[in-house]
Amino acid sequence: MRISSEEELSGVVRDATGPLCIRGGGTRDIGRPAPGAVIDVSGIAGIRIYEPGALTLVAGAGTPLAEVEAALAAEGQRLAFEPADWRGLLGTEGVPTLGGMVASNASGPRRVQAGACRDALLGVRFVDGAGAIVKNGGRVMKNVTGYDLARLLAGSWGTLGIMTEVSLKVLPAPEAAATLVMTGLDDAQALRAMTAALQSPFDVSGAAHGDIGTLIRVEGFSQSVAYRSGKLAQMLAPFGAVTVERDGESVAALWRDVRDLAPFRGTPGDVWRFSVKPSDAPALVDGLRRAGPVERVLYDWGGGLVWVETAPGRDLRPERLEGHATLMRASTETRARIAPFQPESAPVAAIAAGLRARFDPRGILNPGRMG
Amino acid sequence: MQLPAPDPAVLSKSAHIVARLRAVLPADAVIDDPAETRAYECDGLSAYRCPPLAAILPRTTEEVSAALRICHEEGAPVVPRGSGTSLAGGALPTADCVVLGVARMNRVLEVDYENRFVRVEAGRTNLSVTGAVESEGFFYAPDPSSQLACAIAGNIGMNSGGAHCLKYGVTTNNLLGVTLVLMDGTIVELGGAHMDAGGLDLLGVVCGSEGQLGVVTEATLRILPKPEGARPVLIAFGSNEVAGACVADIIKAGVLPVAIEFMDRPCIRACEDFAHAGYPDCEALLIVEVEGSPAEIDEQLGLIRQIAMRHDPLEFRESGSEAESAKIWLGRKSAFGAMGQINDYMCLDGTIPVSALPEVLRRIGEMSREFGLDVANVFHAGDGNMHPLILYDANKPGDLEKCEALGAAILTLCVEVGGCLTGEHGVGIEKRDLMSVQFAPVDMEAQMRVKDAFDPKWLLNPAKVFPLSASESRRAG
Repeated sequence: MRISSEEELSGVVRDATGPLCIRGGGTRDIGRPAPGAVIDVSGIAGIRIYEPGALTLVAGAGTPLAEVEAALAAEGQRLAFEPADWRGLLGTEGVPTLGGMVASNASGPRRVQAGACRDALLGVRFVDGAGAIVKNGGRVMKNVTGYDLARLLAGSWGTLGIMTEVSLKVLPAPEAAATLVMTGLDDAQALRAMTAALQSPFDVSGAAHGDIGTLIRVEGFSQSVAYRSGKLAQMLAPFGAVTVERDGESVAALWRDVRDLAPFRGTPGDVWRFSVKPSDAPALVDGLRRAGPVERVLYDWGGGLVWVETAPGRDLRPERLEGHATLMRASTETRARIAPFQPESAPVAAIAAGLRARFDPRGILNPGRMG
Repeated sequence: MQLPAPDPAVLSKSAHIVARLRAVLPADAVIDDPAETRAYECDGLSAYRCPPLAAILPRTTEEVSAALRICHEEGAPVVPRGSGTSLAGGALPTADCVVLGVARMNRVLEVDYENRFVRVEAGRTNLSVTGAVESEGFFYAPDPSSQLACAIAGNIGMNSGGAHCLKYGVTTNNLLGVTLVLMDGTIVELGGAHMDAGGLDLLGVVCGSEGQLGVVTEATLRILPKPEGARPVLIAFGSNEVAGACVADIIKAGVLPVAIEFMDRPCIRACEDFAHAGYPDCEALLIVEVEGSPAEIDEQLGLIRQIAMRHDPLEFRESGSEAESAKIWLGRKSAFGAMGQINDYMCLDGTIPVSALPEVLRRIGEMSREFGLDVANVFHAGDGNMHPLILYDANKPGDLEKCEALGAAILTLCVEVGGCLTGEHGVGIEKRDLMSVQFAPVDMEAQMRVKDAFDPKWLLNPAKVFPLSASESRRAG
């Protein structure tokens, strides 16, 4: 069912007699397959407020991400957290929406410098599991009035409420960008190089490593980018030959490939996402490799985020893990068998269950999806 | 400001509760002598005072857990306290409560430069977190102006900001994990050294929950490499409107200063009389600070100068040395002291969309005349977080009430123009009864459900944040 307004959505949820499968653009099919009638909220759309001088944008949750990015680009601004487009990774079609982006807390390589999607979220309106329309936060950058439900909704995958409007902090797009590229580093060397860059005062806005090489990005005003990339090149010279890519288009393409997991596009294996302490990452990957075949690895966030492709159906989640592992791509059969989301400790699971029971007392919003 | 009547059932067994707490805590960690509990009768909102039943100062997470379990069993409310610097009454006790102070839990537990985080006990002061890592060139970014005294526990409770959050964000953007003790004594680990949540973002909702969901005993904080340098400029304008327009233009031009501070004439005059910082005689003044290498700073300041010149500033004063930088900041940093010199004052904390700045300043001026109380404005202009300071005389009967009424009118205005009641101080008791200006009952109901999930008996800091009438049925249960 396609919904075109918040009021209509409220009525549909209130009158629902069974589970609902919430859908924005339908491009982020992740988690346990959720049963239920499809509720398509992409019709609750449109940019409502955009004030470039205040760095804020408010739009319906169904607004296509591309529409928002175009409006921002026209004013020389952007979403700093660099939201990923997972259509290539997941083989989905459709139009990514703001609501789906927030519900999945989709944050790209710039997470290390500019924060995650949840950090840019200023406010939300949503419909809870009983059909009530709730607002939280607002459209100002500093706001501690009441509890922060906006952050709770970010990354809740449509399980606590259905977002109808989101308010985001936006930032100026930089005048220039450069990327330092190193090739031939093993994972441990690459981790050390990324760490050195991120420990420097040179405001690194991306640090990734994989078959594409080891990439370090800086952005800002032209002279500043030249200065910082020069300093970083000197600093990283002991790790091996460093080339500096300064062409804006090429830099954008490199990082789009990291952001959207281009190396994993159309490949046959399952894809896992590990969020860990960066220095743990190489040993984690070593362990996975020793235990079985690993097809592909991409480190982002300076090693704090690791994407791993393996043969279909293999459970990569270690018994003990500081951080968490999410099965991002697999057949529905595999996702029914292996919990896609990291199992929680008993007290955390109890709190989460308590919240779900209160925000969605009938358990009808994407039930079980985060299992 | 009303607080709920103390629960006679709890008061009648206070000796029993204290005895049970003594059994699980070290002898010096339980305070119930009325002469000593007075030290905990108020926080930074000192107009309201009430000594607690007892104050406890545990040293470990396990002690916190044991004490909370007892209070939970006895039905005694608990008010968590960091350093007691809240300007909103967040740590104000009730007569039937146990104040749980985390001040003795102040150790650094782990410093990890490789992964750029530090893990501390939550009673550690904000500035001393940076103190623990600055020798290696790192800092902890959120910098509330009370940072010398305020505790990380309180920063997390209120999601504190500071002057530099335009670039670095507030507490929630720099917090990676906490150890949280629930009211029933359960110890919960949320987050860690990794950068996002595995399930629901419980850390995100705990931050800013004003000590109502659990007691934070340890925190994992992100640390950042210090920039090479920083330099401020001072720009003087003939009107608030022009200064406001200049702020918007700086931001639109793509410069992201680490701070843009705004002071209006009453504030400039008071600061000048107090600190003699050499501020120009003008209607509005901006202090803009940028960071980077000397060349990067020059590049950014050059751009800011170009933009400012389009607005015909009365003066554009660039700092040429450390001493000049300090002098530019001197007046701003002594603003609150300067006001205290003149009179008692109440510091508001509303946030507005930056575009509404001139309009809001004009209307605050009108209200100030209407109520007959002076208002000085100093605020973080880049993010719209205003700090109107209302001057009043606490010894003059009726003045405090008049001041509170003016404060409420100003905050209502902030909400009307699309902003909010509080940008960084928190609701506490101070803005509790104004919550319904910003939120419909259904919005508050959704928030209170979160507390239901964490603290079903509503024993943690129960009389704060939500209007008493809204939370009554829950607190009674």
